[in-house]
Amino acid sequence: MAREQARIDVRKTYKLYVGGAFPRSESGYSYEVHDSKGGFLANASLASRKDARDAVVAARKAQSGWAGRTAYNRGQVLYRVAEIIEDRRPQFVAAVRSSEGLSASRAEAVVDATVDRLVWYAGWADKLTQVVGNANPVAGPFFNLSTPEPTGVVAVLAPQGSSLLGLVSTIAPAIVTGNTVVVVSSYARPLPAVTLGEALATSDVPGGVVNILTGDALSVGPWLASHMDVNAIDLGGLAGVDGGAEAAVAMQVAAADNLKRVRRAPATEPDWTREPGLDAMTDFLEIKTVWHPMGV
Amino acid sequence: MGIDFDYAPAPESTGIVDIRQSYGLFVDGRFRDGHGTPFKTVNPATEEVLAEVAEADASDVDAAVRAARSAYEKVWSRMPGAERAKYLFRIARIIQERGRELAVLESIDNGKPIREARDVDVPTVAAHFFYYAGWADKLKHSGYGETPLGVAGQVIPWNFPLLMLAWKVAPALACGNTVVLKPAETTPLTALLFAEICQQADLPPGVVNIVTGAGATGQAIVDHQGVDKIAFTGSTGVGKAIARSVAGTDKRVTLELGGKAANIVFDDAPVDQAVEGVVTGIFFNQGHVCCAGSRLLVQESIADEFLDRLKRRMATLRVGDPLDKNTDVGAINSAAQLARITELTEAGEAEGAGRWSPECELPSRGFWFPPTLFTEVSTAHRIAREEIFGPVLSVLTFRTPDEAVAKANNTPYGLSAGVWTEKGSRILAMAGQLRAGVVWANTFNKFDPTSPFGGYKESGFGREGGRHGLAAYLEGGR
Amino acid sequence: MTAPTIDPAAGTAAGADLDGVTRDEASLRRFLHGLPGVDQVGADARAATLSTRSIKTTAKAQAIDLAIGMVDLTTLEGQDTPGKVRALASKAMRPDPSDPTCPATAAVCVYPDLVGVAKQTLGASGVHVAAVATAFPSGRASREIKLADTRDAVAAGADEIDMVIDRGAFLSGRYLHVFEEIVAVKEACGPAHLKVILETGELVTYDAVRRASWLAMMAGAHFIKTSTGKVQPAATLPVTMLMLEAVRDFRAATGTQVGVKPAGGIRTTKDAIKFLVTVNEVAGSDWLDPDWFRFGASTLLNDLLLQRQKMQTGRYSGPDYVTVD
Repeated sequence: MAREQARIDVRKTYKLYVGGAFPRSESGYSYEVHDSKGGFLANASLASRKDARDAVVAARKAQSGWAGRTAYNRGQVLYRVAEIIEDRRPQFVAAVRSSEGLSASRAEAVVDATVDRLVWYAGWADKLTQVVGNANPVAGPFFNLSTPEPTGVVAVLAPQGSSLLGLVSTIAPAIVTGNTVVVVSSYARPLPAVTLGEALATSDVPGGVVNILTGDALSVGPWLASHMDVNAIDLGGLAGVDGGAEAAVAMQVAAADNLKRVRRAPATEPDWTREPGLDAMTDFLEIKTVWHPMGV
Repeated sequence: MGIDFDYAPAPESTGIVDIRQSYGLFVDGRFRDGHGTPFKTVNPATEEVLAEVAEADASDVDAAVRAARSAYEKVWSRMPGAERAKYLFRIARIIQERGRELAVLESIDNGKPIREARDVDVPTVAAHFFYYAGWADKLKHSGYGETPLGVAGQVIPWNFPLLMLAWKVAPALACGNTVVLKPAETTPLTALLFAEICQQADLPPGVVNIVTGAGATGQAIVDHQGVDKIAFTGSTGVGKAIARSVAGTDKRVTLELGGKAANIVFDDAPVDQAVEGVVTGIFFNQGHVCCAGSRLLVQESIADEFLDRLKRRMATLRVGDPLDKNTDVGAINSAAQLARITELTEAGEAEGAGRWSPECELPSRGFWFPPTLFTEVSTAHRIAREEIFGPVLSVLTFRTPDEAVAKANNTPYGLSAGVWTEKGSRILAMAGQLRAGVVWANTFNKFDPTSPFGGYKESGFGREGGRHGLAAYLEGGR
Repeated sequence: MTAPTIDPAAGTAAGADLDGVTRDEASLRRFLHGLPGVDQVGADARAATLSTRSIKTTAKAQAIDLAIGMVDLTTLEGQDTPGKVRALASKAMRPDPSDPTCPATAAVCVYPDLVGVAKQTLGASGVHVAAVATAFPSGRASREIKLADTRDAVAAGADEIDMVIDRGAFLSGRYLHVFEEIVAVKEACGPAHLKVILETGELVTYDAVRRASWLAMMAGAHFIKTSTGKVQPAATLPVTMLMLEAVRDFRAATGTQVGVKPAGGIRTTKDAIKFLVTVNEVAGSDWLDPDWFRFGASTLLNDLLLQRQKMQTGRYSGPDYVTVD
């Protein structure tokens, strides 16, 4: 009996997620993504500096509208993302499992933690102002209030290891306060990022709020670090990368050109399962203080 | 009709200050010689040399950092907050007691009117120390933890020499850090008098170290490996250089840099107070203010009338001897700054803006610039984009709130902004849209120790003042 | 220094109509409410800064003599008598009996029934008689009574009439009523100059002070005056500053100059000089003249005299060297 020929699978080339659309890399380049055992998983677009440029334009365009939403609404939108991930659980579990080489149960735990993390940050949307802002009792007849505002467009070099939980743990704190982000995903493990982009596209997150570039932080990062219309950069994705420390210094130097707020790279990637502090949010906030006289 | 009411000279007595011929560095609680080349500080109103001041070289900075480190480890970080608080209260009280001396000295060294040094600078300095003194034993309630950073290197500018010292030193000490501070080379004298006040307060040696010098001294502080935190107030150019210098280190940084603030006047503004706010906004301290309202954005429908009122008010500004109690606008701080103001205003004229100053007689010696405004300024002109840091106002117009916001935000800076309108709802909407760290609505250039100050974008990062000001000096404040 | 003069041509027309804004209640309201608002905190701060001016030596001597010449030496008590008014009038003409170079005050200010006594004493000295009329200080009487009160004072020889506005009508928004009453009183004044008392302590807000100032000026006031002296707060520096802004703006709009008279609560030379500085820097030196600025005061004069003596002799004087009122 002739063995039935195995079906030829459709090998997909994943695209970027920019401005709510899924463009191919402007450069036309893609790269092969492998699983933890070296098997072929898919092709991913290799983001170029021009993709980074386009993503910044998309992020800038979306920023004031996103920041202008009510905090309650931003919280709702993020909570909805958590629901969508919950809905697409198998897809996310598969992506994490193949990317990170985890067992099914470990991968499920990562997706659970990711959903929980989104819910946690979603809840902060309408509370952080109360925790980090305050009224100031100035010595005069003035109303004086300090409140946090989003810094603007944030470039995020996402963690290389934790391709979903780490990714969400760096995107969510930036956007929940009203920033928009340009994210460079893990180079070797981009599939959870691609999957997240697909989930975001069907969510209520407006196009341009989250822009996902798959590719190499070492080559795209410097363009984002020196981009004069980027307000802040999270260098966390350089932790543990070969040449990452030198690259981080160079990017920090470049970031000084327009005084970007820089979230420095730790020596090693943190344990993303631990409950976060506020710093991932507050690092990308500006305190604005408004004065007004009090008279009749 | 009427009489010419010409105020007679009302000079503040200088008998209260005793300026020495030469000053050393203040390191580890003692004054000592520096190893650099001493430099002279002059009275900008007369160009007379006031004193010779030691220059700290890298070895002097190293000695200061070591003293600060030792004091940090052995004394200051171990001292209960309540005890640190009492030292700060002591300092605050001495500042009040020696307030007139500090005000006169500040006016002489800086060129600012004695009225402002006396009524604004010095009282705010004392208030700042009082405010942060009270935080020293309450840090666990601050939201930033209680762990200090270590040795803070602080570099401050010449526009508010003593006030900027207070903004830096008071929160640093309250949080348990020790400091190495460099005052600006043109205005070192009140910082050195502050060193004497530290001695008078019996502050433990090494907690406050003051090293004088110019850019190289500042660079030595920034580059020193024993410094845990850099706090800088000054130009955006130097701020960027510092941000580059600390790349790859663990040093924490706060930067308070330049600005090009818009003061937006709507047609329903309380007009007389708006005129006053615009005048205060740009002519306070000769316009040597990073948050100065250097761009007036006035609604087109009232522009002509408003300018008439503004010019009439400017004509009553009294320019001259900083020590005269009736002087409103004093001397430009240095020949270099005067040259920069002159260069930019000449560019303004060359680019086609209309220049106007009230008639005023300027002294023949010293560095002076008359209150000046430019009309028909477009957003492309240099005087609308570059920080002039002088008594020069650029006037632009707008038609709608959206246009006002767009023009106000159209700058790499984001330190402050002003809005004038009687419509409350519009104020809050505008305040929300302006990309600036401080928004003054129906007021301008107000400062208070409880109120955080600092910028967006290229105006720097971090806040000084208020609870938020503690973040810059505590581990949990990132 | 010029003695106060009355120019019969000035301001006898019915104020400035400003294109008919006073033709009906709605237009008048629209105009008054269209005036720029006043931020109280900013206005107070500006006045506080003006009061830091340091006026010394020659400038102080000049200011003191100017201030003496601007005083409306006032007595407005139920216990006033002809004797008291005669004494006051004598003092007004020669405030410092020991020094003939000391200027006379601008006027004495009394109740209407004592105008005749004051006029008799003052004669042709050039010191005016001002009378408070129109059911001063409350103004709570019918218009007929107010007009009769005014005519009576003028008939008795008053050179100036200090009327009170109907604050009740003003605060309830009946601006035209207030306007028409001022116009009517002004007509009753005949040749006498009219000062309109706003009683700013009862108007409370600075916006109301600005509106009332314009209302009075449009109705033809020669002077706008802060207070009766019977209500606290009386003449504060910020309120006077606002009124100086109003007369400045009114002249710019209409060409008509109107005077300002703070009254009540100004007791010291130091205070008076703060007001003069404010006149100088807000309205301008055109108002530094008894024709355009007055102090409604009683005890102020003695302090001005004491300070004047100190300036001249270099030593501090005492109450025994000025006359008791």
